Amino acid sequence: MSIFKDKQYLRVNVDSAPDDSLWMKCKSCGELVFKRRVRENNNICPSCGEYFFLTVKERIDMLVDEGTFDNISKSIEASDPLHFVDRKSYQDRIAQAQGITGLPDALVVGRARIDGMPVILGVMDFRFIGGSMGSVMGEQICHGMETAVGDHCPFILVSSSGGARLQEGLFSLMQMAKTTTVRARLAEAGLPFISIMTYPTSGGVQASIASLGDIIIAERGAMIGFAGRRVIQFTIAQELPDNYQTDEFAFEHGAIDRVVQRAHMREELSSLLGFFVGAA
Amino acid sequence: MSDERTLDLLETKIGELRQLNSIDGIDLSGEIDKLEAKLEALRRELYSSLSDWERVKIARNPKRPYALDYIDAMFTGFYELHGDRLFGDDRALLAGLAQFNGRTVMLVAQQKGRTTEENQERFFGMTRPQGYRKAIRAMRMAERFGFPVITLIDTPGAYPGVESEAANIGGAIAESLLTMSQLRTPIISVIIGEGGSGGALAIGLADRVLMLENAVYSVITPEGAAAILWKEKGKSAEAAAALNLTAEHLSDLGLIDAIIAEPLGGAHKDFDQTTQALKQSLVSFLDELEALTMDELLDARFDRYRSIGSYQELGTSRVAILEENPPQVEPDISKISAEDGSKKPSADAPVE
Repeated sequence: MSIFKDKQYLRVNVDSAPDDSLWMKCKSCGELVFKRRVRENNNICPSCGEYFFLTVKERIDMLVDEGTFDNISKSIEASDPLHFVDRKSYQDRIAQAQGITGLPDALVVGRARIDGMPVILGVMDFRFIGGSMGSVMGEQICHGMETAVGDHCPFILVSSSGGARLQEGLFSLMQMAKTTTVRARLAEAGLPFISIMTYPTSGGVQASIASLGDIIIAERGAMIGFAGRRVIQFTIAQELPDNYQTDEFAFEHGAIDRVVQRAHMREELSSLLGFFVGAA
Repeated sequence: MSDERTLDLLETKIGELRQLNSIDGIDLSGEIDKLEAKLEALRRELYSSLSDWERVKIARNPKRPYALDYIDAMFTGFYELHGDRLFGDDRALLAGLAQFNGRTVMLVAQQKGRTTEENQERFFGMTRPQGYRKAIRAMRMAERFGFPVITLIDTPGAYPGVESEAANIGGAIAESLLTMSQLRTPIISVIIGEGGSGGALAIGLADRVLMLENAVYSVITPEGAAAILWKEKGKSAEAAAALNLTAEHLSDLGLIDAIIAEPLGGAHKDFDQTTQALKQSLVSFLDELEALTMDELLDARFDRYRSIGSYQELGTSRVAILEENPPQVEPDISKISAEDGSKKPSADAPVE
C-alpha cells in the first residue's frame, strides 16, 4: 500500500465557451460547436456524435409529414392526489415543468401521417419531470391507443422516461397496469404497435407499455433498462459492464428488434408501416 | 420501535413466571395477570398510533409470516411447479397447485428467506425474469383448466442485477401484466408484506386486491424516494408518509378492495387469527368472482384498470398549449451535464 494518498486535484471549471448564443460546448467531447449545425444535425453533436434530447415538437417534426400532426391530447393535467411535498411541492414541480416545456404533462399524442400513411403518435418529453409516467401520461397513452382503434391505424410511441412518477405514488405504478390493459385492445383490433425507445427508457415505462411493442426499435444512444445504475449499485453493489443498458446491450440480449440512427428513424418507420398498410 | 423490544422482554418474563407457576406450591397467578394486563396496555399504546414508517418496518419484520406460512396454513396439498421452461427456476417466486375450500387453485407467491442460507436461495425475495416467466406459465395453465389464481405478494422489488437485465426483466414484468390483464379466470392478489413497486405489481394485476393491515405497497421504497427526491438518506420516514403506502391510505384512495385485520403487533403475534380473517375474505371474494360470466369478469377487470388515475381538467390560464408556445428550440444538453461528473445522468434520477 502506498504511503502517499492519490493526489486530489482541485477541479476548476475551465469552460471557456464564449458568451455567444451561436455556440455551445458539447459536454460529451468538450468541443465548441455551432448551435445551428447541431440543430441541422438532428440535435446530434457534429463533433462526437453524442445525441442530445429532442423536444416533443422537434421529435414530431422529424418523424411525420409536414403539417400533418394534429394534437389530440386530452385537456388534462396532474391533480396531485397525494398532496405530495418533498423538498418541493409536486404542484410547484408541475408548474415549473409546464413552464420549461410549454406542455401540460410529459406526453403529447396526436394524429399524423408518415409518407401519407395515417398513424397515432405519442411522444414523451424527458424535460418534464424526467418524462415520468403518472396518471396523465397513462390516460393520454390509453387515449392514443383507443383513437388508433377508432381510426383503424397503427400506434407509435416514442419513449423517453425514467419510469413511474414518484409523486403520485401507487397511482403511477397502476399506470403500468392501465396502459398494458388497453394495449391488448390494439392487438384485438389487429393494429400494429411500434415502440421506439430513446434515451432513456427505463423503470415503469420500460417494464410495461414500451416493452409491449409488436416491433421495438431503439434510437442509437438509447439507454434501456429496468433499474438504473444507481439502484443496482445501491442495492447489490454489483460491477456493471461498460455497455450496460445501452442500445447495444439490449440488442445483444434480444430485448429489441433494431437500433436505428436518429436521422434514419423516419424512413425506418415509413418502410415498416408499409408492411401493415392494407392489413391495418 | 425500540419499545417493541420492551414488549418482547415482558412477554418472555411472563412465560418464565408461568413455568415457575407450574411448580407445586408456588402461586404467581396474581402477578402473571397483572403483568399481562400491563403488556396488553403497552401493546395497545404502541400499536394504536403507528407511523407509516413504523408500518414499513413491521411489513419487513423477519418474524412476519411469509408466503409458505400462509400456504401451509390456508391451503392443502400444495404441489409446487418449477421452472420457466426457458432458462431456470426462481426460488423467490413459487407457483403451484393447491386445494382451497373445495376447489383447485393456482398459487403464485413471492417467498423471502429468514436465515442467510434461505435468503441466498430466495434472493431476499427479489424476483428474477425466470420467476415472472414461471408465473406467466402457471397462470396460463390455470386459465386452461379454469382454476382461479391467487397471488401472494411480498418482495422488496424485482432483482435489479446484470443477469436480470440481460434476461430483460422489464420485458418479463410487462409480459406478466399483459397476461394477467387478459387471463380468463378469476385472479385475487394479496399483499402480505412488502409490495415493492413493479416487481410486486407484476403479479398483482387482479380482479380483487387485498392487503394485510400492516403490509405496504409502493411505487418505490421510502429509502429510494428519500435518496431521489429529498437527496438525504435520513428522510425515509417523511418519504414513507408522503407515499401513502399503507393499507389504510390505499383503501381510502380506492386502490385496494379490502384490508385484512391483523392482531395487535402484527400477523406473527396471532397467526391463526390472521389466516382465519384472510381465508374468510378470500372465500367470499372467490364466490363473488365465480358468480360472474367470463365476459363479465374480463369487462370488469378492464374497467377497473382503464379508470385508474387521478387528473383534472387543464387550467387553460396556467398552461400554454404546444401550438401557442413552442418549447425552446435551443439544443438541450442536459443529457450530458451530470452532476456527478459521469457522462450521463442516471436515468432513474427523478423517477422509478
